[in-house]
Amino acid sequence: MSDTKKIIEIEVLRYQPESDTEPHLEVYKVPFSDDMSVLQGVQYIKDNFDGSLTFRWSCRMAICGSCGMMINGIPKLSCETFLRDYYPNRVRVEAMAHFPIEKDLVVDLSGFIGKLESIQPYIIPREARSLEQGEYIQSPEQFNAYIQFTSCINCTLCYAACPQFGLNPDFIGPAAIALLHRYNMDSRDGAAEQRMELVASEEGVFNCSAVGYCSEVCPKHVDPANAVNINKTNAAKDYFLRFLSPKGGSK
Amino acid sequence: MKSGLKRSNAPIFWSLFGAGGMLSALFGPVLVFITGIAVPLGLLLPAGTMSYPKMLAFAQNFIGKGFIFAVIALFLWFAAHRIYHSLHEIGIHPGLLAKLLCYGSAFAATLISAYVLLGLGF
Repeated sequence: MSDTKKIIEIEVLRYQPESDTEPHLEVYKVPFSDDMSVLQGVQYIKDNFDGSLTFRWSCRMAICGSCGMMINGIPKLSCETFLRDYYPNRVRVEAMAHFPIEKDLVVDLSGFIGKLESIQPYIIPREARSLEQGEYIQSPEQFNAYIQFTSCINCTLCYAACPQFGLNPDFIGPAAIALLHRYNMDSRDGAAEQRMELVASEEGVFNCSAVGYCSEVCPKHVDPANAVNINKTNAAKDYFLRFLSPKGGSK
Repeated sequence: MKSGLKRSNAPIFWSLFGAGGMLSALFGPVLVFITGIAVPLGLLLPAGTMSYPKMLAFAQNFIGKGFIFAVIALFLWFAAHRIYHSLHEIGIHPGLLAKLLCYGSAFAATLISAYVLLGLGF
């Protein structure tokens, strides 16, 4: 292998809450080989130039969802984005957009965690079932109705992509709605009506203006935009037909 | 589940927007072609296609009346919603005034077109 190392400039958004009043960019010259990801680039910086550089990562193979960053302004998992694709230009790495920065590339995800909890992300059975009744039987068709929406790894790239979440942080947002849809579509679940209160609320699906960028940046092809749009239709039906439903729909 | 959630009234505007969007996608281009290009330039269509007596008869027919009403009113509701949300997206956060202007003009135009169309008789 002809491995004379090339040098790429990595521009990193730094923010140290103890000393900085606002984030600023710093440039590092990083030697890299063709197999090095952007994550490995920032790891190189931490190991060799500045040990205080802070970022989240774990699996290095696009399944843990920890290493999301803005890379040249686009939300991406840094472990599956390669430095060679930016060379010889400079690559800019910033904390995910629309989230408060805690330190350097680490953002505060507590708002997102709250949203995940609020959608009741677990199966709420239609009716209580005894052990004697045995397991739930699900047809391939019923399985296919929700399986796509189970692939979310909570990387929140879709939130960094969503202009409406950027404008209104109360919006439940793409990933949480995709997961909500995953449980609503599960034949074992019976809580779609309970979840409708959130879907139809002012924090719900109607914040979305169908930009579709969330689905574009999703590394797992969950297609949250589709889940949001299906639930707009569901919420509109609930709005107009709630007076006809025997239970009166959600509040 | 979170408490204190307020139900959004968006479905009313979103449905009108959706209906208008669908209708404008289906009929918008061909209407521009007929009314803006083909008829004024005398292309393809027979002379007098949109002559006054023909258009009056069209507007007096029950289906024609409905079509004209839907095309005017729903197109406007579609436009109002799109403009209102685009303002928000480009960073002008529209308040009550913008809402009134956008949806109010669509509402006013809906009433006026209904009044005029019904006034033409059957």
